[in-house]
Amino acid sequence: MKLLTYFGILLASLGTVSVPAAVNEPAANFTLPTDQGTIELNKLQGQVVYLDFWASWCSPCRKSFPWMNAMQSRYGKDGLTIIAVNLDKEKDLAVKFLAEVPTQVTVAYDPEGKVAAQYQLMGMPTSFLIDRQGTIHRTHIGFRDTDKQALEADIQHLLKQ
Amino acid sequence: MWKVLVLMGAALTALSGCAFEKVQPWDRDLLAQDKMQLVPFPLDNFYDEHINFSKEAASGGQGVGGGGCGCN
Repeated sequence: MKLLTYFGILLASLGTVSVPAAVNEPAANFTLPTDQGTIELNKLQGQVVYLDFWASWCSPCRKSFPWMNAMQSRYGKDGLTIIAVNLDKEKDLAVKFLAEVPTQVTVAYDPEGKVAAQYQLMGMPTSFLIDRQGTIHRTHIGFRDTDKQALEADIQHLLKQ
Repeated sequence: MWKVLVLMGAALTALSGCAFEKVQPWDRDLLAQDKMQLVPFPLDNFYDEHINFSKEAASGGQGVGGGGCGCN
């Protein structure tokens, strides 16, 4: 019987248990290349950061770009920084995507998915709203038109803090 | 006791192969590529099946029609 328990524990431990980056925990720091030099998350403390992970093959991601552009232009002056982390293995695909969907937000490149693994994304796209202290305030998986209002309200709320 | 456990562990790991290696959401594009499909070249496969069906007296044919001469 005891053996069975051990066996059960062994079985459970074999399945990789992934814990996604959680709300109210500090956002893990990273440094990634962008089109204008590198970006480091910790250097953005004091700003509200909307960290978005996307790829060219993901259609909700395509939908989120016009919204992110609007948010950046509306709240950029109040201290909002949007970082769109691209997870395409081939940069050409991202470049092609950005030619079709132009953006004003900062695009960072993580072709090996290192930061994506660090944040344990559960789906595409996933976004993290990080407050001025560098704490994750909200995580969001997917992007639907109906999500926009709640996300914007949260951004406004964090900008006031 | 421990020997049995270690053996069981080793067997389990070996048997599971890559099954515990979860496909990450950001890697799904790789799975969707043509080269990752069970039949990467459908047209090639169609002709191969057709030849196999008509020349080798094979049964089935996987939905591939005969040669049109009524003789498979």
